[in-house]
Amino acid sequence: MGKLIVHQDKVTDINAMISICPFNALEEKDGKLEVNAGCKLCKLCVKKGQPGAMEYVEEEVKTVDKSLWNGITVYVDHVNGEIHPVTFELLGKAGELAKKINHPVYAIFIGSGIEKKAEELLHYGVDKVFVVDAPELKEFQMESYTAAFEAFVNEIKPSAILVGATPVGRQLAPRVASRFNTGLTADCTILDIHENTDLVQIRPAFGGNIMAEILTPNSRPQLATVRYKIMDAPERSAEAKGEIVKISVPAEKLKTRTQVLGITQKQKEKSIENADILVVAGRGLKKKEDLDLVRELADALGGDIACTRPLAEAGWLDAKHQIGLSGRTVRPRLIITCGVSGAIQFVAGMNNSDNIFAINTDPNASIFKVANYAVIGDIYEVIPKLIEQVKQGKGVKA
Amino acid sequence: MEILVCIKQVPGSNKVEVDPVTGVLKRNGADSKMNPYDLYALECGLKLKEQYGGRVSVITMGPPQAQAIIKEAYAMGADAGAIVSDRAFGGADVLATAHTLAQGIKKFGKFDIILCGLQTTDGDTAQVGPEVSEQLDIPCVCNVKEIKGVEGDNILVDMEMAQDIEHLKVSFPCLITVQKDIVQPRLPSYLKKKDTEDREIVMYTLKDMEDQNKNNYGLNGSATQVQRIFPPTSDKVQVTWDDPADVLAEKIYSTIKSRKLLG
Ligand SMILES: Cc1cc2nc3c(=O)[nH]c(=O)nc-3n(C[C@H](O)[C@H](O)[C@H](O)COP(=O)(O)OP(=O)(O)OC[C@H]3O[C@@H](n4cnc5c(N)ncnc54)[C@H](O)[C@@H]3O)c2cc1C
Ligand SMILES: Nc1ncnc2c1ncn2[C@@H]1O[C@H](COP(=O)(O)O)[C@@H](O)[C@H]1O
Repeated sequence: MGKLIVHQDKVTDINAMISICPFNALEEKDGKLEVNAGCKLCKLCVKKGQPGAMEYVEEEVKTVDKSLWNGITVYVDHVNGEIHPVTFELLGKAGELAKKINHPVYAIFIGSGIEKKAEELLHYGVDKVFVVDAPELKEFQMESYTAAFEAFVNEIKPSAILVGATPVGRQLAPRVASRFNTGLTADCTILDIHENTDLVQIRPAFGGNIMAEILTPNSRPQLATVRYKIMDAPERSAEAKGEIVKISVPAEKLKTRTQVLGITQKQKEKSIENADILVVAGRGLKKKEDLDLVRELADALGGDIACTRPLAEAGWLDAKHQIGLSGRTVRPRLIITCGVSGAIQFVAGMNNSDNIFAINTDPNASIFKVANYAVIGDIYEVIPKLIEQVKQGKGVKA
Repeated sequence: MEILVCIKQVPGSNKVEVDPVTGVLKRNGADSKMNPYDLYALECGLKLKEQYGGRVSVITMGPPQAQAIIKEAYAMGADAGAIVSDRAFGGADVLATAHTLAQGIKKFGKFDIILCGLQTTDGDTAQVGPEVSEQLDIPCVCNVKEIKGVEGDNILVDMEMAQDIEHLKVSFPCLITVQKDIVQPRLPSYLKKKDTEDREIVMYTLKDMEDQNKNNYGLNGSATQVQRIFPPTSDKVQVTWDDPADVLAEKIYSTIKSRKLLG
């Protein structure tokens, strides 16, 4: 922590200085170089600027006794006691981190009637599961859940807390972090830990164009959210280890200024725009019946079917399934195109997908330019074999 | 009803590149705009005013040039606006941003409903809203997909959860973050723009704040610190497989399995 001082006499070229700053935080005022509110103290101007023009001076920092804060904690994300799988993934990560600094692994489970469900967590390498179980905590409300969380942090003083970036985690974590005046890093993709118990939090910034490594060096607890399917879940051990510890919070503290009037189950409306996994049929398919093959693959993968325009125009699939300029724009984690040439109007609707597999017989097909995995092969041969593999992998007999 | 909308100025484009050799950010003269998510929050505010009466104010924290988005909000129908700006606020993380905004909000007035966008396109954390609510000690609901209406001193909202919709009644004052597409934002009106050209924009600096401790703002008040920035180690693979069908199937399957892409 510190501040930047401009030594005007060392500034030989104001515009050159201004152009160094990636945040537009340097400006000219009355012939002088000034730092404005956009400054993120990245210190690029100190390093790259004219020698001596910018100086960075340290200021006194607040400190925390890190040895008083112990344990890597995972927030147990759940709906009515049904534990969200991101929780197990985070427990796996917490285990790795805790081992490096010789800390215990904790879980904090907040809800109503959940004590029994906590036992499942004991199969995932946790030392203690802290349970706050009260009727007031039946539905998620930010204030009551924060109060329960607060009681846990005050009593246990965990060093770091990992929270799944679910709809609940993403609003609960900031409220908790703010209550303890501490840091929270959203959507971390890589986590590590320093010997001094500082959590190394790496996340994409600027829409994924760059990565930032972030520390919370002077406050505790350290909070981070992580999306589902980023970390690896550990194997469930047959034997249950660790203990369940109850934390009670006075009902008075669980009062909220919100009231739950009701809960409705979301209808599972399927639209290719929010699909995670898509299998796309193109004109490589010879007849409409062959769509069944593509659909079977989509089903086996747990995904949805989509198509190129000619197929929608021929009425093989509803226009809702068409990807492209005159169709939908999709961004699934996995997309497999089958017999698609890769015309620009099609590619425009899917080139931001995370993992693109393209199966085509023509090695010069333009779809291979955007594909991460260019699979030169015949869909009629590859797809049935792939379906077999997927089913076997899931333990279903093909 | 007093409604406040938190809006932020963000870069016009996210296209920044890091020079892999020098580690320097390459900037391509990106212009600025209002955070697109905040347009939905603003529209919700304007609709509430049209339905129940009252006033819509906007507030932003940022460099002086961020006043441009307050003018834009005026052209959409906002009644009053404030900017919270001081060199001491620079380099703020979520914690310091929320603290500064909350300080500015307290100074700006008393509000029944504070609306925030779901997230920003530059910070991209979706955390500022709930942290502001904590600093103001008011109830908060995020991920609101529908505002059902106002009943006395309460607002009825639908919060989107992973599998459910929670229907909530929230008492004033409160903070709500709204989802994208909750309403269709209106376009700025040329007439309003002309009308509001000279409308005041309130400016708050550190010396206006109730909390005068410099260490609670900007980089000093930030709990998180960026250690370094670096280009993503591209996991963008581009491979070509030209094998017999069964080998291809096996390769595809093992890749999607190891990359955890299965549903
Ligand atoms: C204004 C405009 C808007 C358009 N908008 C869209 C749009 O939104 N979406 C869209 O999809 N298209 C759109 N199009 C059409 C687009 O230009 C292409 O015509 C279309 O995408 C081609 O679809 P396809 O890849 O399925 O078929 P084709 O281009 O015919 O490609 C079929 C591919 O299958 C391969 N193949 C054949 N047999 C096999 C086999 N057994 N195994 C493996 N591969 C095989 C072939 O090598 C070929 O590459 C638009 C066109 C215009 C002019
Ligand atoms: N500097 C700011 N000034 C005003 N509002 C902000 C600011 N930063 C964030 N917000 C509000 O908080 C929301 C979430 O931002 P973020 O946490 O950055 O994703 C935004 O949509 C805005 O409504």
